[in-house]
Amino acid sequence: MTATWAGQRARPGTVGTGTIRADAIPKSRGDFAFSSDLYADGMLWGATVRSRYPYARIKSIDFSAAAVMSGVRCVLTHHDVPGRNRFGLEIRDQPVLADDAVRYVGEPVAVVAADHPEIARRAAEAVAVEYERLDALTDPRLALSGVGPDLHDGGNVVAHHRIRKGSAEPAADVVVRGVYHVGTQDQAFLGPESCLAIPALDGGVELYCSTQWLHIDQDQLADVLSLPLDKVRLTLSGVGGAFGGREDLSVQAHACLLALRTGRPIKMVYDREESFFGHVHRHPARLEYEHGASADGCLVYVRARILLDGGAYASTSRAVASNAGCFACGPYEVPNVSVDSYAVYTNNPPCGAMRGFGAVQSCFGYESQMDKLAAELGLDPVEVRLRNAVGTGSAMATGQRIDGPAPVAELLRRVRDMEPPAPADSSTCDDVLMPGGAANTTHGEGVRRGVGYGVSVKNICKSLGYDDYGTARVRLSISGGEPVAEVHTAAAEVGQGLTTVQAQIVRTELGVRQVVVVPADTRVGDAGTSSASRQTWISGGAVRAACEAVRDRVLRIAAATLGAELSELWLADECVRSERTATDVPLAELLGSTNVDETRVFRHRQTFPLDPETGQGDGHVAFAFAAHRAVVDVDTELGLVRVVEIACAEDVGRAMNPPAVEGQMHGGIAQGLGLALMEEVQVVDGYIQNPSFTDYLIPTTLDMPPVRLSILEIPRDDSPYGLTGVGEPALLSCPAAVVAAIRDACGIDITRIPVRPEIIAGCA
Amino acid sequence: MTSFVQPVGLDEACEAKAAEPDLVPLAGGTDVMVELNFRRARPHGLLDLTRVPELREWSVSDGCWLRLGAGVSYARIIKELGGHAPALATASRTVGSPQIRNRGTVGGNLGTSSPAGDALPPLLATGSTVELVSVRGNRLVRIEDFFTGPKENVLLPDELVAAVWLPVGRGPQQFSKVGPRNAMVIAVAALATALDGESRRVGVGLGALAPRPIRAVEAEDFASWALDWDGGSGIHADVAARFGALVAGACAPIDDVRGSSAYRRHAVAVLAARSLRWAWQEYRKDKSCG
Repeated sequence: MTATWAGQRARPGTVGTGTIRADAIPKSRGDFAFSSDLYADGMLWGATVRSRYPYARIKSIDFSAAAVMSGVRCVLTHHDVPGRNRFGLEIRDQPVLADDAVRYVGEPVAVVAADHPEIARRAAEAVAVEYERLDALTDPRLALSGVGPDLHDGGNVVAHHRIRKGSAEPAADVVVRGVYHVGTQDQAFLGPESCLAIPALDGGVELYCSTQWLHIDQDQLADVLSLPLDKVRLTLSGVGGAFGGREDLSVQAHACLLALRTGRPIKMVYDREESFFGHVHRHPARLEYEHGASADGCLVYVRARILLDGGAYASTSRAVASNAGCFACGPYEVPNVSVDSYAVYTNNPPCGAMRGFGAVQSCFGYESQMDKLAAELGLDPVEVRLRNAVGTGSAMATGQRIDGPAPVAELLRRVRDMEPPAPADSSTCDDVLMPGGAANTTHGEGVRRGVGYGVSVKNICKSLGYDDYGTARVRLSISGGEPVAEVHTAAAEVGQGLTTVQAQIVRTELGVRQVVVVPADTRVGDAGTSSASRQTWISGGAVRAACEAVRDRVLRIAAATLGAELSELWLADECVRSERTATDVPLAELLGSTNVDETRVFRHRQTFPLDPETGQGDGHVAFAFAAHRAVVDVDTELGLVRVVEIACAEDVGRAMNPPAVEGQMHGGIAQGLGLALMEEVQVVDGYIQNPSFTDYLIPTTLDMPPVRLSILEIPRDDSPYGLTGVGEPALLSCPAAVVAAIRDACGIDITRIPVRPEIIAGCA
Repeated sequence: MTSFVQPVGLDEACEAKAAEPDLVPLAGGTDVMVELNFRRARPHGLLDLTRVPELREWSVSDGCWLRLGAGVSYARIIKELGGHAPALATASRTVGSPQIRNRGTVGGNLGTSSPAGDALPPLLATGSTVELVSVRGNRLVRIEDFFTGPKENVLLPDELVAAVWLPVGRGPQQFSKVGPRNAMVIAVAALATALDGESRRVGVGLGALAPRPIRAVEAEDFASWALDWDGGSGIHADVAARFGALVAGACAPIDDVRGSSAYRRHAVAVLAARSLRWAWQEYRKDKSCG
């Protein structure tokens, strides 16, 4: 078996070789079909009536004016939800259509179907909802303290996780304290929420949509629609980015309800503004930290209190709060830990999953503290990190021993030792590369350079005892005289390159050239979610297992046909090769019209819930690490920042498709830079102030600097091919490094991201 | 929307506007289409000016005045008018993205009259004049009289912006703009400075710092008086600082999602001091060479 693998690893399109993604050229040319491009004959368009208030009781909904508009086919309210009018990933607490009350601005209240999208939108505007306004609870600290109305049964504290390790009263030579804030980041995926729901003859529905997890959508939809699972059939459509923002339902239930009511296909597409109300954001956070260390810079204790604003509904707040707590100490050895992490309900926009999932917020806190500690002790910021870095065998704050690779010190040294970028020189430097970019704000005046570091840790795969698995079906057949392998999973390609990786695995394992990756749908078993940096590991593992089963059967067929021993046969170059007789039998000849079809489930190793009192336990499958060095030029008078370069070192276990790994790192860095400097959903009294790309700013090519990558491949022994997840780590400590560099340039304390020019210029 | 009118000449455009004053003029569409797409505006009809050749021309008369057709794109201004209108060309470089610069026009900026319109501070600093046209004829309006409030101007319902007249060859000009991103950003503060060596005047135009684009008259008077036009000696730090303070004093900025009023005042004071130095440096260089 290993001979197959070793002999074929360098073949084009196999694991570890740079493989061009099938969607690369269509996406570059604008030919790729996204879910917003879906079309069906006779389809109607859906539109959503949304709450105008952060908190209000619904007194009445009058849609008579909308219903009689020409071209309007139906208007639905919560009365029309046949099943359970609730959805949610952890707690089903969110109405599909608001019933008694609305709890955030933009909450869906009714949906409309019409012949034309503009008619649907106008009809939605014509739906008159009478509200009784209630005092909104928009301050998460008040929510935590129990002041204000209970927004849900059981109070407003969605989650409280404790970690207690070591002594409660440890003594330290040096103590540093800080309070840090992280603003609300949006996933800002470019493809808005969209789907096409087609009513089926059997009374069910076929839904084509963008999602990160088909089966969890199916599960919730079946309950909402009061249909058995086999009557709610989902197919993944072209996904225009996800980053966590497509874990929760958005258009799916509404489109299915309208399709089943009208008997017509329903298309729904949000515009950019509606999209800001249509999905969860990254939790804004307030982080209180106290670090105690010995005089030589070794951490003695960390105390942290982390408050996440979960907004109106639970979404993934429990897991995000748990993650924020688990990684509150960072990738450091800390003997004494006391961490409390909370998520609360408020009348702000709901928050949930986003790339980094709680670990990003904590990282800004603990890395700011490490810099403070270094300054207090007169130590180099990298040195203080090196003195505390975990390695294999170290215990995390949860007491879990790291048994996989943990090259934290090596990653730090790598970014530190990279050649620094050339110094700023306004006489030779292109003006657009100065802070302020093309806007001619400085010819060198006020500009100072700074360098900052960050290092981070996050769990890979699902944690805390969750039974996490993936399913894959692989079918080998002969078509036109050639062997063709078909691979089928429900795993969502969200832009990360999963489709290509699946094909690489099949080519590697079966040695066939032609591989067809069938569209992901719910006809095959659950793949789990394309998040937690887990999908290549889990569904990749399932694909490999299915391939192994196919290979085993092929070799058994060959053994029987050739009268050979199984042990002397292997697959190579689309042939079964016999070691003993040195003969090749082409697969085409051997299989003829026989199809070999195998389905396998892959599970990662078991994890366990943490002790509720102490937060101790083996809660995680694996830890991934990344280190960043940011170099910035800051116009200290105007407060403008130009990031000159970001260096990032990351251990990826094995780079399955090296250019795709680099792509994940570039993307993570861009998203981290955005959080550090500009990306914030600004919410005042529950109202989003900037729901557009005019005012929700994401980095442009003039903001994104050259990136230097250092990719380590230390194979794990518990994952397919030794890989680990690469979706998130490159983001995690990027904001912390950028802010550290700004502090280094200006010498001022910065405690909040994104950093606004006002703060740097000292006139907030 | 009930009508979409697409004239192929300026006369025809004026007639259409006179016949249907509700028509919203559409040039590059970089403002109008955004309003439509966000459904903030549902106009009665659109008057597409992109097929009117007269609006897409520019010319220089007597070497003194640039007449810039309202429909000349920012991309063309950058490419063709860097010499005649340096501040406007610099401002044009900061407008949106390449796609927006290919479509957007100064006429559109005037028509929208946003306080943050990037092209407007250079027009104010240089003392430009707006030419309006209607079936009743043409009229000229001084740029500082054109804006009457946020997104409000003196255009009558039957009028269109035909062109803008900018003085040329008077002296160095600067344009700077601050925003929290290095490109594709709406101004949080914008400033244009224009030196006129003949009349020994400094012009200052400000964007995103008041309910409408404004001049900073006191600062202009001060700088015009304080600069050593004959001797050409450098600018004393106190002069630059005082100039910055006077510019900031002319502002009436707001707090909004893009920036605080305190920051806007602070930033424009910094920009003003810097740009006066840059312009003066260039003036002295030109003087010593000339």
